[in-house]
Amino acid sequence: MTRIQVTVDGVSYSDDVEPRTLLVQYLRESLGKTGTVVGCDTSNCGACTVHLDGVSVKSCNVLAVQADGHEVTTIEGLATDGELHPVQQAFHECHALQCGYCTPGMIMQAVDLLNDNPDPSEQEIREGLEGNLCRCTGYHNIVKAVQQAAKAGVTS
Amino acid sequence: MTITEERQTDAPEGEVGRSRRRKEDQRLITGRTRWTDNIQLPGMLHLAMVRSPFAHANITAIDTDEAKAAPGVIGVFTGADLKDTQGVNANAWPLNAEQKAPEHLPVAVEHVACAGEIVAVVVARTAAQARDAAELVDVDYEELPAVLDLREAVKDEVLTHPSLGTNTSAFWKLDSAEQGSGGDIEAAIAKARQDGIVIEREYRQQRLVPAFMEPRSTVVDPTGEQLVVWSATQIPHILRFLIAATMGIPESKLRVIAPDVGGGFGGKLQTTPEEFATIAVARRLGKPCKYTETRSESILSAHHGRDQIQKLTLAAERDGRVTGLKVELLADLGAYVAIVGGGVPVLGAWMFNSIYKFDAYQFNCRTVLTNKTWVDAYRGAGRPEATYGIERLMDELADEVGIDPLELRAKNWITHDEFPFTTVAGMTYDSGNYEAATARAKELFGYDELREEQRRRRESNDPVQLGIGISTFTEMCGLAPSRVLGSLNYGAGGWEHASIRMLATGKVEVVTGASAHGQGHETAWSQIVADRLGIPFEDIEVLHGDTQIAPRGMDTYGSRSLVVGAEAVIRAADKVIEKAKPIAAHMLEASVDDIEFSAGRFGVKGTDRGVSMPEVALESWTCHNLPDGVEPTIDADATFDPDTFSFPHGTHLCAMEVDTETGATKMRSYVAVDDIGVIVNPLIVEGQEHGGLVQGIAQALWEGAEYDDQGTLVTGSFVDYTLPTSADTISFVTDHTTSPSTTNTLGTKGVGEAGTIASTPAVVNAIVDAVRHLGVNDIVMPCTPERVWKAIQAGAPVSAEGEREAAPHFDEGAPNQADPDPSASVEGSLS
Repeated sequence: MTRIQVTVDGVSYSDDVEPRTLLVQYLRESLGKTGTVVGCDTSNCGACTVHLDGVSVKSCNVLAVQADGHEVTTIEGLATDGELHPVQQAFHECHALQCGYCTPGMIMQAVDLLNDNPDPSEQEIREGLEGNLCRCTGYHNIVKAVQQAAKAGVTS
Repeated sequence: MTITEERQTDAPEGEVGRSRRRKEDQRLITGRTRWTDNIQLPGMLHLAMVRSPFAHANITAIDTDEAKAAPGVIGVFTGADLKDTQGVNANAWPLNAEQKAPEHLPVAVEHVACAGEIVAVVVARTAAQARDAAELVDVDYEELPAVLDLREAVKDEVLTHPSLGTNTSAFWKLDSAEQGSGGDIEAAIAKARQDGIVIEREYRQQRLVPAFMEPRSTVVDPTGEQLVVWSATQIPHILRFLIAATMGIPESKLRVIAPDVGGGFGGKLQTTPEEFATIAVARRLGKPCKYTETRSESILSAHHGRDQIQKLTLAAERDGRVTGLKVELLADLGAYVAIVGGGVPVLGAWMFNSIYKFDAYQFNCRTVLTNKTWVDAYRGAGRPEATYGIERLMDELADEVGIDPLELRAKNWITHDEFPFTTVAGMTYDSGNYEAATARAKELFGYDELREEQRRRRESNDPVQLGIGISTFTEMCGLAPSRVLGSLNYGAGGWEHASIRMLATGKVEVVTGASAHGQGHETAWSQIVADRLGIPFEDIEVLHGDTQIAPRGMDTYGSRSLVVGAEAVIRAADKVIEKAKPIAAHMLEASVDDIEFSAGRFGVKGTDRGVSMPEVALESWTCHNLPDGVEPTIDADATFDPDTFSFPHGTHLCAMEVDTETGATKMRSYVAVDDIGVIVNPLIVEGQEHGGLVQGIAQALWEGAEYDDQGTLVTGSFVDYTLPTSADTISFVTDHTTSPSTTNTLGTKGVGEAGTIASTPAVVNAIVDAVRHLGVNDIVMPCTPERVWKAIQAGAPVSAEGEREAAPHFDEGAPNQADPDPSASVEGSLS
């Protein structure tokens, strides 16, 4: 077991973890951060996307020990002071989710995309979300939501 | 946290028809979700499955000693350990009394018939320990020859289940002459061979993986008086019935909950070995147990979809009027006849004739067992296959006749003044307007302009050719009239149930038996009830997916929720109003006959006196002053069983660019004009359409489950089973024409499957259209660049010297390019 100290959604945690524990397992099973979900086992789907020090990572592709000393933001920590993040709001407004399973990862990736490029073209949005799979929406409304959030001038 | 609503200025007066943002979203966008895998119970144990690596084998020995000794392991159970308690995975739709269906045990005891079958279950304190220990279970197999290919399987030389003596599960036929709905197909074909046109084609519906985003998960809690099962399922009610029916647990001792469910698309319309194994183990140990599959397990062991070979014969007159269609299907069921697996291809029986008026029709379907994952419903279920077949054939016929494929369709379709229309398959369509949908689609698509561009590109021998694909589809959905299901030997009814509870505080609970998993029932049902009862949208709570809360239901599949489930809600709401009237009359000291209900208020005719629905609800709760003989509640239930199906239709137009040098294809535009009757929520409808389109497009272009010759699924992860990404797809143009359905109160039709049913042939028709002049009339799905390129090479016109001409591979005059050797490259391509 290895001792790690991680700040998740603004709260500091200190835990002993098996070195092989994935960050997503640590978040879900140790911290109960079940808003972040697992959709595959090959890091293709992006459902588990969180921010590590403000940059998106697939948390199935990061070991918990690699997050030691770092800051993690999950979908549960994205809204602040009771206000939805503009990307969350845009997903709601544009009906960019149906079953909602890919949504946490998709939103976290979209926030990261807009941090990198506040004014993306449709193609840039599509390429920026390529690592996140959605089976319900056909992506049409997800792209619209990111466009709308960009228009609203989102930066986190 | 608040969500601001932007009211649309052009919104209709009522709730129905308004693009309400979804109630469901708030939890889902903030991660406050309750997926089955999120559930943790005190003392919960975790399961891992040991699965057969062989497609066909006898189990000769299982050594569990090492696994049992591994850290954290509580127990290891083989099929032999569970055989008396594990129930069975039932087939609920035998096609006929002669159908052969092998027993499908959740955990195999002696024999495995496909790779991925469970042979042992490991239980440990953590999921990781269970998985580690599963590696230590030592299973001895006697490998048996496997039959994987559908055509080979029909020969019965190698048997999927030797004990059955054959691979054919069932044969099912519909003949228009025999049932009196049309003429004799053989006569129509014979006549067309003499003086008309006969189109004979064979199409392949490849095997697909539903690939819902949430992997399946089951949690079982055996510690209470009732056994509680949480499962990522579309069908909590049917699951409850089948657990009771096959495991010997009284139905009254069972509670099944489908909490948040992350998509299904038919893939969670199943009772699974994993569910039954988890229940059996939890009961054995008396402890809560959880099993959550990995994605790779999901792709391997959750049921697959489609997988047919379609042999089609279309007879027509020389001018293009179709006189008959003969369909001969081979449908691959995989290793077992799944819950409705045998019935899915038969759903196509009423759809191959689609929107057209044919004189004669015959549908033949042979369902066949092979040593592969079992096949069952996948979005569209039987209808995409049929639509693909007929829409591809109509393009082929148009080419043969030499007219525009839309003109050919118009020559054959049912005109809007002919409804209701009974088809050659014997199905009566209530409404539709194919002319209107097509006209609108042509306009939005710029049909004539694109045809002109296509002509220019052909004339200039552009290496990138343009193709236009058409799909004028219809479907039957809204499963289903119970009597029809009964006549087809289906094991259950097709009704749906709803309850409305009028709470004392003015809030309303709507309980629906339709179990949503992304469709937005909570929002749409709220809109409908808001209009019906005059209660604010926000004051309505829709409850579903728990057999203790919604005890009666038939669940969500087959685009049935709105046309069957919401109709039950409407009827329950109407009963609430009727029950409230005498109480309102009593409160107003008026005669019941003088009470009229409008916009949530019971008024006395000719006066301004009235009481609101919440006031009546409160009165019925306090019960202090009710009229004599009145039951002290205005809550009401309704069960609705439809008389017929729902028949949405639409015209889809797709423009594809095909690079004739590389075979690469690119979607240029896609227009879908659907007639789904009256729309409750345009936003939700559009979402259903977009998602459906991409699933159908994915069948045309990217997806396919492939096995090697050992029966190993080689597309066993998301690395190899290539779901479309945002970068692969485009934004769509969707619009609607409206012919209200005449079979339900609101005039609605189903929409959940429409996009998937329509889009696959539109895309393939477009690709074939782009390269037809190069001698191509078919490309096997998925139309990968390699297949497109090979088709172009195989079809390339032969020059006078007998050598095939190749398109120039290099731009003339460009630097650093070797002179191509056309003959060499063509030789290579033909090998």
